[in-house]
Amino acid sequence: MLELKLADYKAEKQPDWCPGCGDYGILSALQMALFELKKDPSQTAVFSGIGCSAKTPHYLNLYGVHTLHGRVLPTAQGAKLANPHLTVVAVGGDGDGLGIGAGHFVAAGRRNVDMLYILYDNEVYGLTKGQAGPTLGFGEKTKSLPKPNPQGRINPLLLAFASGYTWIARGYAYDVKGLKELIKEGLEHKGLAFLHVLQPCPTYNDLHTKEWFAPRLYKLQDEGYDPYVPEGLPPEELDRKMAQFQEKAAEWGERIPIGVFWKAEVPTFEERLKAYLPRYPEVYPALGQREPLDLEGLLKEFAL
Amino acid sequence: MDDFTWRVGGPQGGGIETAATLFARAVGKGGWWVATKREYHSNIMGRHSYLDVRLSRKPVEAFRERVEMLVALDGETLARHLDQVRPGGALLYDPKVLDLTVHKLPMLDHRVADALSERFGKLDPSLKDLLQAYVEAGVQPLPYPFEEVADRIGAELGVPSLQARRTLNTIAVAASLHFLGFPLEPLLEALALQFRGKVLELNQEVAKAVYREEVPKLPFQLHLNGYEPGRVYLTGAQAAALGKLAGGLRFQTYYPISPATDESTYLEAHTAFQGADVAVVQTEDEIAAVTMAVGAALTGAKAATATSGPGFSLMAEGMGFAGMIEAPLVVTLYQRGGPSTGLPTRTEQGDLMFALRGGHGEYPRLVLASGDILDAFLDAQKALAWAWRYQTVVVHLVDKFLASMAQSLPKEALRVLQLDGERRLAPRQEGFGPYERYAPSEDGISPFIPIGTPGGFYWMTSDEHDLVGHITEDIPLREYQMEKRMQKLKTAQEEILLEDQYTLYRDGEVLVLGWGTVKGTLLEALDHLPGVGYLHLRLLWPFPKIAHLLEGKRLVTVEHNYSGQLADLVQQETLKRVHHRVVKYNGRPFTLDEVVEALKKVLAKEAPERLVLRKGV
Ligand SMILES: Cc1ncc(C[n+]2csc(CCOP(=O)(O)OP(=O)(O)O)c2C)c(N)n1
Ligand code: SF4
Ligand SMILES: [Mg+2]
Repeated sequence: MLELKLADYKAEKQPDWCPGCGDYGILSALQMALFELKKDPSQTAVFSGIGCSAKTPHYLNLYGVHTLHGRVLPTAQGAKLANPHLTVVAVGGDGDGLGIGAGHFVAAGRRNVDMLYILYDNEVYGLTKGQAGPTLGFGEKTKSLPKPNPQGRINPLLLAFASGYTWIARGYAYDVKGLKELIKEGLEHKGLAFLHVLQPCPTYNDLHTKEWFAPRLYKLQDEGYDPYVPEGLPPEELDRKMAQFQEKAAEWGERIPIGVFWKAEVPTFEERLKAYLPRYPEVYPALGQREPLDLEGLLKEFAL
Repeated sequence: MDDFTWRVGGPQGGGIETAATLFARAVGKGGWWVATKREYHSNIMGRHSYLDVRLSRKPVEAFRERVEMLVALDGETLARHLDQVRPGGALLYDPKVLDLTVHKLPMLDHRVADALSERFGKLDPSLKDLLQAYVEAGVQPLPYPFEEVADRIGAELGVPSLQARRTLNTIAVAASLHFLGFPLEPLLEALALQFRGKVLELNQEVAKAVYREEVPKLPFQLHLNGYEPGRVYLTGAQAAALGKLAGGLRFQTYYPISPATDESTYLEAHTAFQGADVAVVQTEDEIAAVTMAVGAALTGAKAATATSGPGFSLMAEGMGFAGMIEAPLVVTLYQRGGPSTGLPTRTEQGDLMFALRGGHGEYPRLVLASGDILDAFLDAQKALAWAWRYQTVVVHLVDKFLASMAQSLPKEALRVLQLDGERRLAPRQEGFGPYERYAPSEDGISPFIPIGTPGGFYWMTSDEHDLVGHITEDIPLREYQMEKRMQKLKTAQEEILLEDQYTLYRDGEVLVLGWGTVKGTLLEALDHLPGVGYLHLRLLWPFPKIAHLLEGKRLVTVEHNYSGQLADLVQQETLKRVHHRVVKYNGRPFTLDEVVEALKKVLAKEAPERLVLRKGV
């Protein structure tokens, strides 16, 4: 591969996000992380759903796939399973991942395909002009809501945990450096990594703004929080880790933690597939048909 | 006898499928061609189910209305299949059921029980009354106490009753064949195809014991028909799965649904065979199934999914996505009775218009339909090849009737077609930058570039896009991309061989048009209908140019749906009027007899514009 500079990862296409949108910070962090890990753009695919956030792939020089609203995870998993050598990142908004795509969010956790999912959480449906997102709290009223939100909020971290994500972290869109480090770690994690990003939307979310977040955020790792859960941890230890996770994942209000919450070693779906598919991953679907089909052999069970 | 149908009925989960397979294999080993159809409820255990095995001296794929021999493994079968045995035929039943009454049969529909009450002029007729009616209709009763026989043979062989009763299916088949004067050897061979080890030994001993007992000889006997090796006996779902393998499938997704699931589980079970490495993923729903298959296809993997109506409804948006980003995708649609959950385990061809049009906006899609088991095998290969040739969605229509039907075929008919025509971009050797994935192309087909192709990258979006795949709302670009995509339909229509588009099996003043699984029935019906022709449509979209074949004919469509969807399509595409629509929507496939009768009415100019056929159990 050619030597690439940071700027080479950035596409010519100019983002059309509103000025001050948190999405810019996430894009920069992702671009930096891919650059620092020297990812080959021709072997990297960024998938997205539909929303403001989901335009991200168009701003990066790599295989970018802007799918359907809510369907980023199954599409991305299909590509990764078919070609396990690709680096696969999925991105999308809170509405995309936890509203219309919530079923896929849960199911992806059960599989643990080796990829990274970044959820841009602005608590609103940005692209459709600010309706309540699934992470907006009950009774909260952002700018375009005619009445306070009558529905409650999903806690993305707890849901990810319950679903089986093996690496769970939270970042902040304006902490680009910190976010970059989290993305790098998520990319290097073996299994499905979930990165929840607090993403201010200056246009529609007038409750949880940069000013609101700034004094509240703190870094878990600065307080000595250890997210690592090795394989075969004794049950009491595991219980302790889970309690610690739950406590921090639920913390919201005066203090809001960011950092890595959970990092477990669990066999990936690619490894599990081997039980069904003896020659996987050496023979992976994207390679196509390499040997002729043993039709004779297959027809034996039907012989009359 | 040249035409013989054996029917076995009993509770679901009681192994009557095993019995039918065993019977089919035994007569198959005796040289007969066979076709088996399966009727069952959406239920796991206990509800009524039955199978017909039809024998013929040549390959067969249609079914008769009445049967020559009915094996009733329970009382409910007697009640449901009254009038279904041909006069002169035989009824094998366990005499212990005769004490039951129809209103005490727990799974019998009230409607059926009430009809029997009325017919027999009794509040609650007993099965003795029913048996009497069979006899009056000229059916020969063959009382046969299956369980008693099992216990007796068990005792002879020193096998506990519980174990001996597990061979009831074998006993039923052996008794049937013994009554028919059919030799034992083919049955023993068929058992060897079905069982192994100790179980095989026991079943073979049981069969021999059944044959040792004297039974009255029936007036009609079943002889050997000259065994020839090299035949296979398989279901439509298995044929479709094998066809996908032959077509190079590498990735299949599915969400469980009758009657589509069998295809995917077959694939899951056979990945150890050379060339059959298919990653099969059971997804969380059909939306994931279709989009995951698209994701896989984007990397260059031949990918497909299989579903039935409710799942297909959920796939509409994902299919449009594939059409928009020009991803090759095969969706095998196992139609079943709709709308909504409908008749989950019964057949229908109600999804033709939906397959053609379902989803928002316009994109090129190809729709082909299989007429029988061999077609399903060959069409699955074509579907994959076309998806990759035209880089778009191909819907392969099959249905429940075909999925669960089994048929014997000459093995050599299952050919691996060497289909190609896929266009891929040669990776850039020098430099690095965006590829023009959606570059101009006269026939609408730009070279495919799998994700992971070195030398560059590009974007894909469900939004309208420019040549490298970035979102655009620019007018000329929109017009150009729309035209480029839709051009693929014209190209496909020109390139796809006429023999893959339709077959005019016979011309006639009265010309029947059909699609999908009415094929076998109509082809056999032609033998009884001089002057009637049959045009079978294989490709439904782009719609074949058939107007010239319809000139001056009296046109009749025959299909399993309410409105006559093919008739509408033919009229729309050819501007020729369809004079008669023969339809059926009770979930049971057409019988040969009712179709012949309906078409005779058409020939005699006695038929209304719309004929609804209603036969079936
Ligand atoms: C099936 C479907 N329903 C609705 C929409 C309309 N829609 C587009 S974006 C969007 C919400 C986006 O919100 P979110 O996912 O949070 O992304 P954001 O714009 O906030 O980044 C909706 C509802 C759609 N594109 N597809
Ligand atoms: S609406 Fe909000 S999320 Fe969307 S671009 Fe504007 S600021 Fe960003
Ligand atoms: Mg949002």
